[in-house]
Amino acid sequence: MQWFNRPVSDTQITQWQRMWLYIVAAIIMLLLVVPSFIVIPMSFSNSQYLEFPPETWSTRWYETYFESAKWMRATITSLKVGFLTMLFATPIGVMAAYALYVSGHRFARAVFAFLVTPMIVPVILIAIGTFYAFGKFGLNNTITGLVLAHTVIAIPLVTIVITSAFRNYDLDQERVARSLGASRIRAFFVITVPQIKFSVATAALLSFLTSFDEVIVSIFVSGGKNATLTKHMFGALRDYIDPTIAAISTIMILVSTILLLITQFFGKKSS
Amino acid sequence: MSIPASLVKESGINEQSLLRQSSREKRLLLSLATPAVVAIVAVIVIPVGWLFYLSFIGGDGQFSLENYQKMFKYKSYARAFATTFQVSILTTLICILLGYPLAYFLASLPSRLAGLFMLTVLLPFWTSLLVRTYAWLALLQKKGIVNELGLSMGLWDEPIKLVHNMTGTLIGMAHIMLPFLVLPLYSSMRKIDRDLMQAASNLGATPIQAFWRVYFPLSRSGMVAGSLIVFILCLGFYVTPAVLGGGRVIMVATQITAILENQFDWGAASALGVVLLVATLVVLFVATRVFKLDVALFGNK
Repeated sequence: MQWFNRPVSDTQITQWQRMWLYIVAAIIMLLLVVPSFIVIPMSFSNSQYLEFPPETWSTRWYETYFESAKWMRATITSLKVGFLTMLFATPIGVMAAYALYVSGHRFARAVFAFLVTPMIVPVILIAIGTFYAFGKFGLNNTITGLVLAHTVIAIPLVTIVITSAFRNYDLDQERVARSLGASRIRAFFVITVPQIKFSVATAALLSFLTSFDEVIVSIFVSGGKNATLTKHMFGALRDYIDPTIAAISTIMILVSTILLLITQFFGKKSS
Repeated sequence: MSIPASLVKESGINEQSLLRQSSREKRLLLSLATPAVVAIVAVIVIPVGWLFYLSFIGGDGQFSLENYQKMFKYKSYARAFATTFQVSILTTLICILLGYPLAYFLASLPSRLAGLFMLTVLLPFWTSLLVRTYAWLALLQKKGIVNELGLSMGLWDEPIKLVHNMTGTLIGMAHIMLPFLVLPLYSSMRKIDRDLMQAASNLGATPIQAFWRVYFPLSRSGMVAGSLIVFILCLGFYVTPAVLGGGRVIMVATQITAILENQFDWGAASALGVVLLVATLVVLFVATRVFKLDVALFGNK
């Protein structure tokens, strides 16, 4: 147990004196992670109420979920909208990030500030604004309207992720390629893209998740047969505690954990 | 043989055409942002502008300020704003209290280990907000784990109400907002030169003095940026207060929804939204001025 008395590298404090910090940090990290995971055992309960630990185990809530036409349709809508959002937001965001980072135009900073507005404007305002405007164009309850709104919410995230990737990337390489005769577009796709592809992948996954998890705009803009999973979940949550939600939550936790680990794995590889 | 400098200077043709070419290229490159700008104009600027217009239209279809006067007339509107600021301020404070030690701990680890522990911050960030809100609903309910644990350990004698009130809302909000504070704070702490702490202790500072006089001021910009993000997100929050507040914590976003659901009063809902947006912008503007922050700081997320 010599470690305890060892100084923490650059100050005079020993590890032992700093024990409180480690304990506090451990508790906070547990508080961050445990609540989400506690849903997993609950979803396998046989009871109608949420119990922990469950007295008897069963998969009935998963059966309810997979056999319900309503939940299945909502899941497919959410997946479809998320995928389309990813497909639109990623290239649009990458283009914007490239434009702002490379052009050096005097308006670039102003345009960047404009692009982050979807993060600053309260989402409730975006939700009722789009609901009202979409109503005039018949876009409410359509996949098109929802994808449009989610794309705009995802664009700043993609732009920010890609901009920070450019910061760690030496754009002179692209200049070298161009001085050797490559066109700008070719230089971008052959030289730059392979080096920022992990950031592009992260941005794409993030835009998918942003759409898939988005609640407020979905509550207003989606509906009918195109209602999203989150819209139904929110409705169920506000009214009663339905263990089916625990089953759905477990699946969603699984999906986000896998996606997060993928980005971490690729991130390590790239650095 | 090179061309005499005087000749080039006199004509200046090359220089001018190069300049023109470079500014054309800059414009061309900037135009790559067009799709993003157009999309944001279509989905944010026009709809929000429309609401702005609606907020000034009275019940008779004429221009009027009656929607804004309602904010003084109806106590529930003013109360929604008070609750919103109360929840936002308290959530931000809780996040600072919990987030600062965590970020400090993570920043003091070797980067590989920090990356591993960072997963505990990133995982909630990637997990659906609804799922996390639901998890807290399950944990904090009357027969939930927290109550059962508290009872069995003898901390309290009968189940306490932890959810469908302010307590539950704050717990849920703090859990959701914490990563937004920790991430920018951590990245600003990582940039602090550790030699400065050593220099401080060489000059006779106790560890506590060295922390407060050297480390803390250097980490402040990250802390302010993180707190600002948390505060602004809190101002417009809807889901968590609606679920964990159980109708007892009415924030502006909840109020707006209620007005639209019950009264279809677009004017009043828009006016509330506009005031919320203005409040957000004022907070952002004042904070960036006072703390000399850059909007680009949001890019550190």
